[in-house]
Amino acid sequence: MDAFAHQLIAGIATGGIYASVALALVMIYQATHHVNFAQGEMATLSTFIALTLIQAGFPYWVAFFATLVISFVMGALVERILMRPVQNAPVLTHVGVFIGMLLIISNMTGLIFGYTTKAFPTPFESEGLLFGGLVSAHELGGTAVTLAVLTLVYLFFAHTSLGLAMRAAAYNPRSARLVGIRVGWMLALGWGLAAAIGSVAGMMVAPAVFLDPNVMLGILLYAFAGALLGGIDNPTGAVIGGFMVGVLENLAGAYVVGTELKLTVALVIIIGVLVVRPSGLFGRVVFSRV
Amino acid sequence: MSAISITTPIAMPAWKRGALIIGGLALLLAPLWLLESFQLFQLTMAVIMGLAVLGLNIVTGYNGQISLGHGAFFAVGAYATAIPMSLLDWSFWATLPISAVVCGAVGWGVGFPALRLGGLYLALTTFSLAVAVPQILKHKSVDAWTGGVQGLFLLKPEAPAWLPLSPDQYMYVVALIVAGACYLLVWNLLRGRMGRALMAVRDNPTAAEAMGMDLATLKTRAFAVSAVITGMAGSLAAAVVEFVAPDSFTFMVSITLFVGMVVGGVASIMGSVFGGLFVLFVPNIAEAISRSAPGIIYGIILIAFLFVLPDGVAGLVRRITARLRRTKGREKS
Repeated sequence: MDAFAHQLIAGIATGGIYASVALALVMIYQATHHVNFAQGEMATLSTFIALTLIQAGFPYWVAFFATLVISFVMGALVERILMRPVQNAPVLTHVGVFIGMLLIISNMTGLIFGYTTKAFPTPFESEGLLFGGLVSAHELGGTAVTLAVLTLVYLFFAHTSLGLAMRAAAYNPRSARLVGIRVGWMLALGWGLAAAIGSVAGMMVAPAVFLDPNVMLGILLYAFAGALLGGIDNPTGAVIGGFMVGVLENLAGAYVVGTELKLTVALVIIIGVLVVRPSGLFGRVVFSRV
Repeated sequence: MSAISITTPIAMPAWKRGALIIGGLALLLAPLWLLESFQLFQLTMAVIMGLAVLGLNIVTGYNGQISLGHGAFFAVGAYATAIPMSLLDWSFWATLPISAVVCGAVGWGVGFPALRLGGLYLALTTFSLAVAVPQILKHKSVDAWTGGVQGLFLLKPEAPAWLPLSPDQYMYVVALIVAGACYLLVWNLLRGRMGRALMAVRDNPTAAEAMGMDLATLKTRAFAVSAVITGMAGSLAAAVVEFVAPDSFTFMVSITLFVGMVVGGVASIMGSVFGGLFVLFVPNIAEAISRSAPGIIYGIILIAFLFVLPDGVAGLVRRITARLRRTKGREKS
């Protein structure tokens, strides 16, 4: 029973990571109607930048917030430089640009920082496990950070005028422009925010799995599965979906399919959701008028 | 990009057409005597990659369903040939029908949930398929068949006694024959009613449906045909390389095919040939620079093509020949 409880809690902790990447995906989706394939690679690069800052002697939290700012700028620049020119191009072009970014960023990360796995420090050091051996301090702290980020994002979108403007720009760009919203900048802002959220996820996952240039690829797919499970247009749903996928993956890995098929679990969830309930558990069913 | 190009058949005298066919055959067969065995092997692989890109082009280029998981069909084709050849001592040719049936079935199976998805989601879902493939191949429930992590070894088919060709030379001919047959089939399929239906579904699904086209059937069939073609390429690759293993079929295969399609030319049969040459020779050149270079160069070339030449090399060739023809026409008049 203890082993089961630990698996459950470990699942919730990794679920938190998926939830934040899923949230980043949904954010970009809400702000731009895109799903950024290179999200994971961007987060990995951010995490390497954080590691470099920490190794250069900055205290953890200084490095943490500096990385957030750097990632935000990086995300916004990507939108301005790469996505802007192909804004009105077919989806195939967008996918191509995402794949191009994925290739460039992941190989650049490898080139600059090397392919050896590196340990990443956690700000939540403790001796052994807490609460009778059920949970490590990092799992607890990481989940808390994730929840804090989620709350902030929710408050931003639901209760600030900037958040409202961003939602408007994505929902109906033409009308938004007519009421004076700078739609182009809202898109850049969306990309920046998503990159910053992704970097938090990267910094929280790195202590648990160690850091190498390809670490986020699987995480991106789990997050996508989570986002789909919760409903791709619903941030709260994406978060719940992310946690659910984390728990499912951990339990399935421990008791059903073994660790070597873990990624296949993501595939099964994705296909299962799409076949049974394409709008996800909490998504709206979209009707379109033709 | 999505304009349907209708090539008007130009009346060509029979002798000219005959000369073209003989010249083309000579050009294709010349490498048999001109190239060293390793270069010939590479050229064979380029033919194979071109065929795999052609498969992807059917579903993504012509039908507009973006797949980033065609490496999976490539792997299925490779294993469908490798397993009977290596465990049951079948001949290479006998495995091709099996491979076609298996790949068609898998393609149809993937195409079915794909109906629910458009654009980016389909791309991500097929991408997750591509990522999961090596794991599934390694799994212990199938490793009696797939050979697990170690993979399977097999032997190239030998040339029949009356053909004085080395195995490498024979394999090049085999690849040309299989690829040629596939190109012919696809060309026939796409220039007719089916091809126009696929493009109509891509360009305006609502109108296509209103005209009485069955979107679900068309889309799943496109996936099945596309999987068969890419699977044939996988079968050839298994025989040429004489080895299959899960780690030869990572998601990079799928991405390579996608890059080849974009660079060669989306929705272009000739483009698939250029794509095959590109994905085989450019990484070789780039690898000489550094380990990370192929990926970075791929990425940069991919984005550069999308920005500057969205219809790929095939589009460029088309424009150049059109311009030449125009100037020639002006000189005459």
